[in-house]
Amino acid sequence: MEAAALYVATMLTLAGIYAALAVGLNLQWGLTGLMNFGGLGFVAVGAYTSAILTAGESAQHLGGFGWPWWAAWPLAAAAGALLALPIGAISLRLRADYLAIATLGVAEILRLAVRNEDWLTGGPLGVPGIPRPFEAFGQPWGQLAYLALVAAMVAALFALAQATAHSPFGRTLRAIRDDEEAAKAAGKNPAAFRLQAFVLGAACMGLAGAMLAHFFKFMGPDALDPVTTTFLVWVMLIAGGSGNNFGAVLGAVAVWAVWAATDWLAAQLPGELATRAAYVRLFLIGLALQLILLYRPQGLIGERPPRPPA
Amino acid sequence: MLEFVNFYLIPGLVLGAIYAIAAAGLSLVYGVMRFANFAHGDLMTWGAYAALVAVTGLGISPWAALPVAVAATVPVAWAVDAAFYARLRRAAPAVLLISSFGAALMMRAVVYFVFGPTPWTYARGVTPPLMLGAVRIQQRHLLILAGAALAALALHLLLARTRAGRAMRAMADEPDLARVTGVPVRGVIRLTWAVAAALAAIAGVFLAIDTELTPLLGFHVLLAAFAAAILGGIGRPWGAALGGLVLGLAEELATYPFIAGAPLLEPAYKTGVAFAVLVLALIFRPRGLFGGIG
Amino acid sequence: MSLLEVRGAVGGYGEADILHGADLTVAAGQVVVVIGPNGAGKSTLLKAVAGLVPLRAGRVVFDGSDITNRPAEELVGRGLAYVPQERNVFPSLTVEENLAMGAFVRPSATAAGLERVYALLPDLLPRRRVPAGSLSGGQRQMLAIGRALMLEPRLVMLDEPTAGLSPRFCAMIFGKIREIAASGAAVLMVEQNARPALAVADRGVVLAMGRNRAEDTGAALLANPEIGRLFLGG
Repeated sequence: MEAAALYVATMLTLAGIYAALAVGLNLQWGLTGLMNFGGLGFVAVGAYTSAILTAGESAQHLGGFGWPWWAAWPLAAAAGALLALPIGAISLRLRADYLAIATLGVAEILRLAVRNEDWLTGGPLGVPGIPRPFEAFGQPWGQLAYLALVAAMVAALFALAQATAHSPFGRTLRAIRDDEEAAKAAGKNPAAFRLQAFVLGAACMGLAGAMLAHFFKFMGPDALDPVTTTFLVWVMLIAGGSGNNFGAVLGAVAVWAVWAATDWLAAQLPGELATRAAYVRLFLIGLALQLILLYRPQGLIGERPPRPPA
Repeated sequence: MLEFVNFYLIPGLVLGAIYAIAAAGLSLVYGVMRFANFAHGDLMTWGAYAALVAVTGLGISPWAALPVAVAATVPVAWAVDAAFYARLRRAAPAVLLISSFGAALMMRAVVYFVFGPTPWTYARGVTPPLMLGAVRIQQRHLLILAGAALAALALHLLLARTRAGRAMRAMADEPDLARVTGVPVRGVIRLTWAVAAALAAIAGVFLAIDTELTPLLGFHVLLAAFAAAILGGIGRPWGAALGGLVLGLAEELATYPFIAGAPLLEPAYKTGVAFAVLVLALIFRPRGLFGGIG
Repeated sequence: MSLLEVRGAVGGYGEADILHGADLTVAAGQVVVVIGPNGAGKSTLLKAVAGLVPLRAGRVVFDGSDITNRPAEELVGRGLAYVPQERNVFPSLTVEENLAMGAFVRPSATAAGLERVYALLPDLLPRRRVPAGSLSGGQRQMLAIGRALMLEPRLVMLDEPTAGLSPRFCAMIFGKIREIAASGAAVLMVEQNARPALAVADRGVVLAMGRNRAEDTGAALLANPEIGRLFLGG
């Protein structure tokens, strides 16, 4: 019974972290049309920022400084935003696909840096001993409390994203996405608006990274996989319905459920077959994305244009 | 000095030649179809593993397996285009880009499934390097340089001297005007995929000859290929090839101890050079050294 | 029998229609000019004939066959050439390669076409190895027209061929248009520069709000005081 509760709490916590990532990506792609293929990079800076700030002192990496999580998480979000700022400033004034290429580059560089800058990140050994909030509550209450915290964070991000989407700022972002020339003619500076949306989305990803690090209680290079940290989030958002924050959360939960369920199914297979099954799953997730793009580009719930103010 | 030539300049040229071939195909696709194909690296991987099948199955050398690699990669590019890209062509280019990301994953999954994650190599045994005076060059390096030069020459002749090549350049310049002059758009797209996939397969085999085969072989040089393509002016295969050569040299030379016996850059960060070049190009020459398509 | 017949053309880009039932007739060898205010649908009408803008209703008949919504790439082979207003040359191709693109569907006609075009537009000859992107605006327009003439088309459609050009080039282009008509090809052009265009035209069509407002000989339209007041700027 307790094992089942723990399993469910683990799955839901991860689904929540993915929901935070999807909401961030929705601010960038769904609302503004910015292609960020470097989600991993923003997750990494958020995760390591919080890890180094909160872990106990260690010769293995910088710090740690033993901060409480609630002091570190805002800085993790800020670190994501800070990484986005120069990248966005450089590539957002150029054609749209340059951002995709530049963010892919950011993710690759950060993967290198994380592995090689031992003094900072502990290199391949990573940063262990990251405290998980509410662990003192014991099992399973600690996990459930952490799940509640993640859920609260997701709710806050969701509320923020909803407010953004329905604000004049959000309407401008949508206008720029749909018709840049018309938005320019209306006196808006598309590059500045895009940069704000990009930075805001990156902050969400940074925070998601922190939540991930504290959930695992460890952060190392192997925890950062482009398929699960970048690509899966894209599938979630597009499956759920880009442009719609409900869609982002729904997509995150639904795709994560499928991903986790197939993971469990594959693990039931004997040895070699289990590894192969993982590759079949990789193929199928790629195919699923293609089929959604072809047959249901609006996702499960498409973007609903906000009602014009009466 | 000799150490510089043998261990930095020649490897830099070899890597640059491989990047050149990879980037030329990527840029060609960008020019004709106007989207950044994130699956180009995985086409390279596909070609490299196809050659591996021929090498182990028929016992031929990887050089002799090049036609097999090309023949196995071109239909994949065509199939992906027919199944996904062609039906998304009316959508925004961004959607094509996302689709190519999905296609990359599908191709990679097949490679993982069949060959597993552990590295493979073509070679059995070691061939001694050639000595040209004091200059030492690996036979495989010489062959890669020659092969890349041949591929570049063939691409040049195709684009500059043939009617089909002119049509491809016309499509890259002004797609609507090309249609008005009677260019069969679908045919040009098929040809473009064939050429790009062939170049990707060749680059993949060369890279695998020089290093080893892993399912991420091509993906790991995708960023370098993009950087080279943007440096050379996106959509311009000649520029991309030159950009690739420059980038490969820069990567190897960046680790040379020019000053005070310490390498300019830790070898672990070699691939970071591509990113640095990309960022610099985006800041200072976003249309590339030779003016990419508008 | 007329060479080109457009009847009741309705269509535009995406959702919004720009043409609301436009008609057009061009007889073989004629020069026809379409004039009208900005946004009247003049360029859209040419693009619809060229197969670049889909029609929701109406018919386009060229040389006896229905070409409504046929793909753009098959029209050049039927003898219909089109010169867009902007982006009408391939900038990275040389002048001669641009001209060769005009004979893309019939490569065997390239040599003869080049000879004819260089005879009509001798300014292009010394620049034949130069990339089209480095030409001046007037030279580009000449090149674009030359490209359209490579296969001796029955109808040449020109979208604002004198837009943004100096008076010297405008006069030269209108002169060339008469020469083209004299050689047997019909010319259909859209012009903002309405007075000199009507002066070289056999017929003029006035388009407004996607519909025909008036149609007459070029000279009669020039003489019509109402047309002059409404569409020719007094």
